[in-house]
Formats: sequence, C-alpha cells, structure tokens
Amino acid sequence: MSDTDEMTPITLYRLQACPFCERVVRKLADYELEYTSRFVEPMHSDRNIVKRISGARTVPAIVDENTGVTMSESGNIVEYLDKTYGGAD
Amino acid sequence: MDLGFDIVDLPETDHPTAGETAPDFTRPLVTDEYWEDVSLSSLLGDEPLLLVCYPMDGAFPATYIWNELRERDFADTFELTIAGLSISTPYEHTTFIEERGIDVPLFSDPANGVAEQYDIVNDLDGMTGIAEPRPAVFLIDTDQTVQYAWVADEWPAFPPYDELEDTLATHCDMKPLES
Repeated sequence: MSDTDEMTPITLYRLQACPFCERVVRKLADYELEYTSRFVEPMHSDRNIVKRISGARTVPAIVDENTGVTMSESGNIVEYLDKTYGGAD
Repeated sequence: MDLGFDIVDLPETDHPTAGETAPDFTRPLVTDEYWEDVSLSSLLGDEPLLLVCYPMDGAFPATYIWNELRERDFADTFELTIAGLSISTPYEHTTFIEERGIDVPLFSDPANGVAEQYDIVNDLDGMTGIAEPRPAVFLIDTDQTVQYAWVADEWPAFPPYDELEDTLATHCDMKPLES
C-alpha cells in the first residue's frame, strides 16, 4: 500500500448489488487502491449527483482527483484503471 | 408530558455526559443524494455537532422531532452541524429525507451498535429482535468532548427543546445575519 499513501481516494458512485459496480470494486481491490463508496438510489431519476459529476446518470462512475479523471461505464473504468495503475513499478 | 398515568421508566444508563469524550463511530451517512461511510470525528471540523438519536423512520416521534428541530431553525441560527441517527436503512432514510423534508444528514445504524457504544439501547417491546437508540441528543465540541447530553429516561419521550436551545445559545456562536 505504500505507493498509494499519498493518493486521494478514488470516489466510486455505485448502486448496491450492481454487477458492473462490483466489477470496478474488484479491480480497485486488485490494485489496492483506496476508494470511497457513494451509494445512490436504484431509480435513475434520483441520481442527480451522478449526472452532475459525470454528465450521465449511469453507475458505476468514478472521480479520480489524482489524475483529474471522471468516468462512467465499467468497461471504460476498468481499462482506465489498468492503464493508470496496472503498470508494475 | 402529563398524561395522567405512568409511562414506562427506562433503567439508568452509563451514557457519555458533559466533559466526557463522545465515542467515535463510522456508519453510512445519508443525504438527499447518496450515502457513504462517515465517522463522527470527521464531522467535528470547525463547529460543534448536534447528534440527534431518534426512533426509526416512520414512527411518529421521528417526524415530530425533526419538525420541531426544523421549526427552531438551529442550523441557521448557530454555528453548528446537525446529524441524525436511527436504525433505519439508507433506503428508508432516503425516503424519509424526501418525504419529510429533512435538511440534515442521517446516520444509518440497523445493528444498533452506536446505541450500544453510547449505552442508550432501547429494546422495543413487542418487536422481538429489534432495538434502537433511546431518544437522545448530544452536543459534541470540535475536540470530541460532550458539551451537553440528554437521554430519555422514560418511553416515549421527546428532547427538552427549550433547554436544548438555551444550551446551544450558551455553547455555540451565533451565525452572522445574512445581508
């Protein structure tokens, strides 16, 4: 974990029991990344916070202040995490 | 309340009192937009915290307590953070916030662990397996010291709002009037 000590935790907007969100969680765990979970409501119309940060009401969505990246869709997020944090050092 | 008959007395407790440290805890804190794990201590930034423990969302005292607190407008009068705590789930809190116009964040503690930490457990007669916090109010200073504590010693009970208001006037700075 030492290389993540200075990281700002990634914020993950998620829906309980959403498999796409769990996919991202698994990837965050794989790379031992610190993250904060913000749970939103099942109803799309109740997800204004996600719309405000990402432009869409879909989850998962992440905000990574370390890189200034905000992103939706689990496939994109997993690819981003692989590219950004997957390289061994 | 003067009902002309006795209501249930609750046993003595060893809850935190003025001058003692408020036990820290982390629980999902629910707003009108999302919930996330938040610690009590992280809410103690620049101003005192009023922690309001109340009966589960849907019980009439929950609505009464928050209506009264909103009417008294503590959050806009004093330099103060207010947070609620009940055993209701985050989903119930979300509905309660929306339907009752609650304008403060609410901790969700279905397993009632915070009430155990604070020694304010209220075992609910006739609801086997369910316990919740007694109605209780703690004013917690930025150094996590309890400034004021009120814990129900009978059931049902409501916070002594006038006494609470006097306490806030004594311990909290007034908010500047907005121009």
